[in-house]
Amino acid sequence: MIAQVVFGILLIAAIALFARNLGRIGRNIHLGKPEAINDRKAERWSTMARVALGQSKMVVRPVAGIMHSLIYAGFIIINLEVLEIFIDGLFGTHRIGAFLGGFYDFLIGSFEILAIGVLLACIVFIARRAIIQLPRFHKPEMKGWPSKDAMIILVTEIVLMCAFLTMNAADFVLQGLGAEHYTQAGSFPVSAAIASTLNLSNLQPSTLITMERTAWWLHIVGILGFLNYLVVSKHLHILLAFPNVWYSKLAPRTEFANMPRITGEVKSMIDPSVPPPDPAPARTVAGAEVPERFGAKDVFDLSWKSLMDAYSCTECGRCTSECPANLTGKLLSPRKIMMDTRDRLEEVGEAIDAKGKWEDDGQSLHSRISEEELWACTTCNACTQACPVNIDPVSIIMEMRRYKVMEESSTRPALTSMFNNVENNGAPWAFGADRRMEWTNS
Amino acid sequence: MSQSLAVPTMAAFTASGEVPEVLFWVGCAGSFDDRARKITKAFVRILNAAKVKFAVLGQEETCTGDPARRAGNEFLFQMQALQNVTVLNGYGVKRIVTACPHCFNTLKNEYPALGGSYEVMHHTQFINALLKEGRIKVQGGGFNGKRITFHDPCYLGRGNNEYEAPREVLLKLDAALVEMKRSKQNGLCCGAGGAQMFKEAEPGAREVNHERGEEALGTKPDIIAAGCPFCNTMLTDGVKHFNKEGEVVVKDVAELIAEAGEL
Ligand code: SF4
Ligand code: SF4
Repeated sequence: MIAQVVFGILLIAAIALFARNLGRIGRNIHLGKPEAINDRKAERWSTMARVALGQSKMVVRPVAGIMHSLIYAGFIIINLEVLEIFIDGLFGTHRIGAFLGGFYDFLIGSFEILAIGVLLACIVFIARRAIIQLPRFHKPEMKGWPSKDAMIILVTEIVLMCAFLTMNAADFVLQGLGAEHYTQAGSFPVSAAIASTLNLSNLQPSTLITMERTAWWLHIVGILGFLNYLVVSKHLHILLAFPNVWYSKLAPRTEFANMPRITGEVKSMIDPSVPPPDPAPARTVAGAEVPERFGAKDVFDLSWKSLMDAYSCTECGRCTSECPANLTGKLLSPRKIMMDTRDRLEEVGEAIDAKGKWEDDGQSLHSRISEEELWACTTCNACTQACPVNIDPVSIIMEMRRYKVMEESSTRPALTSMFNNVENNGAPWAFGADRRMEWTNS
Repeated sequence: MSQSLAVPTMAAFTASGEVPEVLFWVGCAGSFDDRARKITKAFVRILNAAKVKFAVLGQEETCTGDPARRAGNEFLFQMQALQNVTVLNGYGVKRIVTACPHCFNTLKNEYPALGGSYEVMHHTQFINALLKEGRIKVQGGGFNGKRITFHDPCYLGRGNNEYEAPREVLLKLDAALVEMKRSKQNGLCCGAGGAQMFKEAEPGAREVNHERGEEALGTKPDIIAAGCPFCNTMLTDGVKHFNKEGEVVVKDVAELIAEAGEL
């Protein structure tokens, strides 16, 4: 009875904390600019089915893809088992699903096989990071927390799987012994083997029960802890990947979004009889006025979708490993753009939590992302192609460039002359329109 | 081959009360860059051979604004775009073909939001259609036994999902089409896009076009085929960097077809 009460309190606390933190992330995402994304719904659903559910971009790299699919399948399926654990925990029952009979045996059997698959995949992933040292996991932006985060996730998953299998192994033996409460249910292809290898049947039933209970608690506490770890970790992608892909950019990758306010300004410049548009009103965000800017100075100026992108990034670095700028040793790393955006957003969110509203802290996205990074991008979109969850680092880079150029008039000298040439000659070079047809007789 | 070409302008067409089949958008590189001018002329020879009634804007054409927009200067982009849209709509233009993937992208994808909707084709798509319709014929004989590798321009390929048209055209030459490791969706940028063409590269270990040049040369090609005037410049420079300009040439798809068809 005490166990049930403890379990109930734990469960409620964990879920409440999780809901609160998730709400905070939602709030942070909405610090971004509103942008309506609800067109082409059928295409969005099918993209989500293909890319998020079907992992179609993960398998572009087969080793990581297959391993990841294994962990992903394990995660989804084992959640069914967690459901049973919740019910058993709350009502003091044992294997409540047992009434499903043969189907239950099949389920438990497949969970076990998946668990061992997940275990192996996590070990391979750790090896890739720690032993093989794949270059994309050892870029400058991966120092410190990001690589620790990855290790914590992998080790936790290993612990969870070990706990699950230990629990089953002890349970299997107890069932065989006909121990009270341990009704016969389930099929244990993996843990039965573990039990016999470790000679668990030689142990006292009381020891086995302690073992089973400890593993049970470790497993469920681990899961509840992990649930709350998600929100401070790149592991959040397991939730956000789905909406993020649903909202992904469907326009051709090289099509850049229009800035309607500028259209109004330019039209009135071309034709003086057209009145200039009214100045855009400042938005009130978290109790502070955010002026309407050209381009992005800070997270408030990015589309909420870019902010969701930032929270969805798994730091896998596939973008960076395809980026021509990064490949040739330039400072730009699209993954770092996403991480910096998220870190800045978190910083802003924490300040809002602390003070109840936003007060300018003198920092911005530009304090984290340098001009040198911004100006190295060729807008080739190799990063958006590579990203397994359809993140679009280019639009953040572009919005930041726009801010630099239009609000701060800060650019590269050669680009200033290109601008002048386009403006004065209608070409990026200093050739006038009168020479446009010279090619016909040159 | 330096010969004068009679190229009709939109203004002349309209004056004579005729409507061209397609507007050829020459682009700034195609108009002013010495190397790209050769591509422009090769394409015109193809159009002439196929008896396509086409026109250019001539002095009325101005930069699409692509480099300005990619460099963050949205004002300048829209100034250019609105100006161009006014001219194009004024002539009632419906179809446009261009040999520059950057012009292609802005005209096709970005002008509609500013009031200019046209059917826009990249010249490799147009040439492919002409070949399929039998309006031009090529004997690939001269290319027999040659190895050609095609470099996907980002703004045509990854940007607009067109990987096949240039390859289908190249397959008309009796040559071996060899692929680089990074091709199609995974193609590597030449380094010129996003307004990089008009500035110094940011500091790094090497230049993007050297990386790409090396990869292209790795296929042991006789010809590196391009479909973009900027890629062309970048790859030519890449080939020079490895002192291979004597053995490997960089040519636009249009030039290869014009050569094969002896146009
Ligand atoms: S678009 Fe920019 S950031 Fe993305 S891969 Fe290309 S150069 Fe890198
Ligand atoms: S942006 Fe996408 S590809 Fe790049 S690190 Fe994040 S999840 Fe991976």
